[in-house]
Amino acid sequence: MFFLEHIWIIPLLPMLGATVMFFFGRKLDDEHDKTWVNSICVGLVVVAFAWACMAVWQFVHSGQPFFEKVMYTWLGSDSGKLLFPMQGGHLAEFKVNVGFLLDPLSSVWLLFVTGVGMLIHIYSTGYMKHDGGYYRFFGYMNLFMFSMLTLILANNYVMMFVGWEGVGLCSYLLIGFYFHKHSASTAANKAFIVNRIGDAGVLLGTFMIFWVVGTSNFTSVTEFARTNAAHLMGNPYITAATLLLFLGACGKSAQLPLYVWLPDAMEGPTPVSALIHAATMVTAGVYMVCRSNALFQLAPDSMMVVAVVGAMTALFAALIGLVQNDIKRVLAYSTVSQLGYMFLALGVGAFAAGVFHVLTHAFFKALLFLGSGSVIHAMSGEQDMRWMGKLGKKIPVTFGTMLIGTLAIAGIPPFAGFFSKDEILWQTWSSHAGAFRVLWGIGYLTAILTAFYMFRLVFLTFYGESRMSHEVEHHVHESPKSMTIPLVILAICAVFSGFLGVPSALGGSDRIGRFLEPVFAMHETVSAEAIPAAGAEALAPAQQEQKPEGESHGSEYLLMFLSVGAAGLGWYVAKRSYSKAGKDYPEPINVAAPPVYRTLLNKFYVDELYDYLFTGRRKLGGVRLGAQGLGDALWEFDANVIDGGVNGAGWFTKFTGTVSNWWDKWIIDGIGVNGPAIVARVLSYPVRLVQWGLVQWYALVMVFGLIGLTWYYLAPIHALRIFLLGK
Amino acid sequence: MFYNHILSIILFTPLVGALVLLFTPKENKNAIRWLANIFAMAGFAVSLPLIPWFWAVKSQPGFKFIEGAPKNWIPTIGAGYYLGIDGISFLLIMLTTLLGAISILSSWTAIENRVKEYYIWFLILQTGMLGVFMSLDFFLFFVFWEAMLVPMYLLIGIWGGPRKLYAAIKFFLYTLFGSVFMLIGILFLYFFNHAQTGVYTFSIPALYKTAPLIPSVYGPTAGVILFLGFFLGFAIKVPMFPFHTWLPDAHVEAPTAGSVILAGVLLKMGTYGLIRFSLPFFPAIVQYPRLRAWMIGLSIVGIIYGALVSLVQKDMKKLVAYSSVSHLGFCTLGIFALNGPGLSGSVLQQINHGISTGALFLIVGILYERRHTREISEYGGISTVMPIYATITLIMFLSSMGLPLLNGFVGEFTILQGAFMANKYWAAWAVPGVILAAAYLLWLYQRVFFGKVENPKNEKLKDLSAREIATFVPLLALALWIGVYPKPFFQILDEPVNEIVQTIQTNGVYNAEAEPSVPAAPAIAAPDEQKPDATVAPEKVTAPKSGEFKPSTAAVKIADNQGSH
Repeated sequence: MFFLEHIWIIPLLPMLGATVMFFFGRKLDDEHDKTWVNSICVGLVVVAFAWACMAVWQFVHSGQPFFEKVMYTWLGSDSGKLLFPMQGGHLAEFKVNVGFLLDPLSSVWLLFVTGVGMLIHIYSTGYMKHDGGYYRFFGYMNLFMFSMLTLILANNYVMMFVGWEGVGLCSYLLIGFYFHKHSASTAANKAFIVNRIGDAGVLLGTFMIFWVVGTSNFTSVTEFARTNAAHLMGNPYITAATLLLFLGACGKSAQLPLYVWLPDAMEGPTPVSALIHAATMVTAGVYMVCRSNALFQLAPDSMMVVAVVGAMTALFAALIGLVQNDIKRVLAYSTVSQLGYMFLALGVGAFAAGVFHVLTHAFFKALLFLGSGSVIHAMSGEQDMRWMGKLGKKIPVTFGTMLIGTLAIAGIPPFAGFFSKDEILWQTWSSHAGAFRVLWGIGYLTAILTAFYMFRLVFLTFYGESRMSHEVEHHVHESPKSMTIPLVILAICAVFSGFLGVPSALGGSDRIGRFLEPVFAMHETVSAEAIPAAGAEALAPAQQEQKPEGESHGSEYLLMFLSVGAAGLGWYVAKRSYSKAGKDYPEPINVAAPPVYRTLLNKFYVDELYDYLFTGRRKLGGVRLGAQGLGDALWEFDANVIDGGVNGAGWFTKFTGTVSNWWDKWIIDGIGVNGPAIVARVLSYPVRLVQWGLVQWYALVMVFGLIGLTWYYLAPIHALRIFLLGK
Repeated sequence: MFYNHILSIILFTPLVGALVLLFTPKENKNAIRWLANIFAMAGFAVSLPLIPWFWAVKSQPGFKFIEGAPKNWIPTIGAGYYLGIDGISFLLIMLTTLLGAISILSSWTAIENRVKEYYIWFLILQTGMLGVFMSLDFFLFFVFWEAMLVPMYLLIGIWGGPRKLYAAIKFFLYTLFGSVFMLIGILFLYFFNHAQTGVYTFSIPALYKTAPLIPSVYGPTAGVILFLGFFLGFAIKVPMFPFHTWLPDAHVEAPTAGSVILAGVLLKMGTYGLIRFSLPFFPAIVQYPRLRAWMIGLSIVGIIYGALVSLVQKDMKKLVAYSSVSHLGFCTLGIFALNGPGLSGSVLQQINHGISTGALFLIVGILYERRHTREISEYGGISTVMPIYATITLIMFLSSMGLPLLNGFVGEFTILQGAFMANKYWAAWAVPGVILAAAYLLWLYQRVFFGKVENPKNEKLKDLSAREIATFVPLLALALWIGVYPKPFFQILDEPVNEIVQTIQTNGVYNAEAEPSVPAAPAIAAPDEQKPDATVAPEKVTAPKSGEFKPSTAAVKIADNQGSH
């Protein structure tokens, strides 16, 4: 059990590669000799794949329902003192482990993530050979593998969130790999921020689970949900938790209304599109919903939302994909659409069918993306299908493998997509006692559209007349072995992986369904009678399977026949329109209804709408709305009102100071103190006239006084003398 | 000797450095730089032994490494040189010594005029901040609290940018304004303690015992008013919305190292005060639902508002400053969640904010030093010319926006978990802050680092020097450590956080489901608990089992008596 015991090494292997590239990549990367980078980065992923195979093999033979290994306590003090109150007032310890869980569900993901990841790493050694930043690219790719493996091997929601955000980061780094291009860095930001909206949902959903269950360990949560299923059915808190988790899934797996980042993510190098934005990362949402299936099954309303959102997304994206001209964008919308199928399956309770489609999709979509990369490589970087054509004979391996991928995705038997897609449509048709047949209709319509846009891609690229310039035509060449070998391997998988899930109606044994049964089997522990009426609906698919076989096979055959018909119809229309496309070929939709064509070509103007309403990158009639508009308004508010208040308080203090100063100077000091002084001064003025300190004046006055006085005293004497003497 | 006086040694090493610098001739700039760095490093080095020593005693209750005693300094008024730490102050002290050393190292080329004074003030500032986190005496605390304003005022006012005087005066007066109310509160507690016990003392452990009785003696309104007095002092320092406007101005004008210390340590004094004083002094008042709703509301508004205003800033430093408002909103949200995860997360997030935002200010400072502008539009394509710088910046941005396996996530997650357990809507309203954090940081990153170099002035920018890298290495290492293995930090915080939660729980109804707008129904005290003795014995009142913010029925009685007059 060595490999199983040390399962934690699997994510650490690519992490080691990323670390080495971080510190020494620049020195190891040589313009001509890529041996070091290749052997470290690709080598470690190969080892991880081998390790994963061994671990799964040991796990399957151990006979255990799951294997769990806890490494250490990550969050929390582990002392039993850090408590939080959960539902009902009980106290639970706040604790999150770093732990790993391997069960059938994570086994499936583990194998195809490491397997497809390994092939894409090998492919990239050829594709990225002439790009600058070779070591940077592989460092990011290894970091992505680490995050993705953490995501799928985590044993609790918070650890899964580590991987969840980690893949988001790597997606950001790799979309923005050509960071000189403004469109690339904008697309990278968009991917990260839109994903963050979903991540906020995951966070809150995780808290809700903490609150209800007291822990976020998958096994505990599942056990809790199953043992208490009877009285938890339709519980509003579980419904809220599942809806919040699903919001996260909508972000990561590009569902309505958060799908907008995925088509723009095609700015990244093509192997990135194949690995992250088609095969692995975008299926993380599906994985999480599957992982939480015990909770989702307790929330019929959430299941309904999942199914409806899935079906709507499938149709919506397929419609946009009909008219796109960029080869990678067609595939991007196709991915969104196929992810919609997967959620449709989960929503109707057919979890195994959803996982099966994830698996087959991983092969054929990685194949198609790598194939498109090979085409772009051959076309010297041209991605627009309007300038391609007649490449089939020049790049035969690419053509052959891409044709296989197309047949697979279009659902033509016996290619892989046929079995998985058909299983989803069949489960939708038969679930909820037929209540979801509208969703089946949407799924069926989408199947026709899928076949059309995929064959349109093939015809425009490989058939018809050559529409490229002579210079480009001159350089067209088949890709090197490092690129074509992964294509061939993936093509083989795209042919045969469908046989893992051949339904019993066709004499198969649905191996994958059986393998996954322990993960999704809820009805074993809960008897149907114990579940109130609200829950009966959710269990319908499970009961459906238990019907007598002969009864349902008739309609199952009919549906299969219809599906093949849908694929054939899509192929036929595409062939008629595009198989002989010359220069300025007409688009049938444009011919039929130009406004519809424009709307589709502009992706229903959703990006524009979001820019007006949410980001604020565009002004609506001179007014900026959204986050930027709000930020501007608040900034004005901050500067004028809040800081204005502070400055106002300062100004007021100064003002009162000035007033006080004036009052003090003119009233208190002026009237109160100086006033009496002035009065005294005025009153004393006459006195001052004689008291002005000039000694000569005093002497003069004295003299005059003396004279006066003398006269005064002498005058009477004089008068007396006159009186007496009589002159 | 060393063990017994470790706190004093840590506290006064920077001051000794300042004294030594005082006697160094000011013409010899390099000697001053070397000396300042040596003393800053020594300040950090002497704090290192505290780590193993504290680790050994981390689970003992109460304060550790106690030095001095209450009332030994000015016995007549009961002030003492009384130091001691618990897990919360321990972490903040370590953060302070580390950031102090880093900021002094980062100033080497940035400061060219009045070098000697700069380093002297910086080292004095360091002592002031450490004193705040160590004091167990309210008088001593207040002295450090105010004393630390002066060096910061001078650092902004002398070595700052174009509007340095405005910013420095605003910073000083605003903070002083808040401290005044706190001073009144301190005096109230001081005299109240005397009324209860007959002892005049500023000792914080002593006040812990009597302060919770205030609502029972003077009624809940008096308690609320007193709480708000302290709150104002701390909220301005944090700064909580709407008391935050001094922060962007101070940050923008301050020299880089000043910003690092301002964001990294000074703001933490506010949150530290809330945890150290507001919660244990007013354990019943903080649970008063309407008051708590206001505290939480201001925190959440701060989170969203700070993030949205950050989004539209054109000046990098202002952007980071407003992001601080947002991050500190998380810290206060955690505090008023009033449960273990909330409080632990809050302290951890304070450390994280010191690390991440400290690094962000260093990052902005490095560009500013090279180009002398902080306008975002002046840059573009910097990752081509400065790849190492770009890588470090990206890691610090990711840490700041809370990416798992880096430090920010651990704090934010724990806080939000605590907030969610207190009230689901609080967490739900705070979570958009996490989304917006990604938006404003990544957009900034795109505008500065991505694209082609279009401004010819940016073509020849030099990548980081060894000294500059050295300032980042400890921060990067800590960011990764806290992100990957934060358990030791949780363990250090276990005991003090638990004590606070216990105090809160035993002093009122701990109602996790209390809706913010609806006051929780006061639990009716059991009849046998209704002892009609109005002479309040401290021990009896500190641990009642019920009553909303009425720890004792005596409180009701007194309030009634007052009402009947």
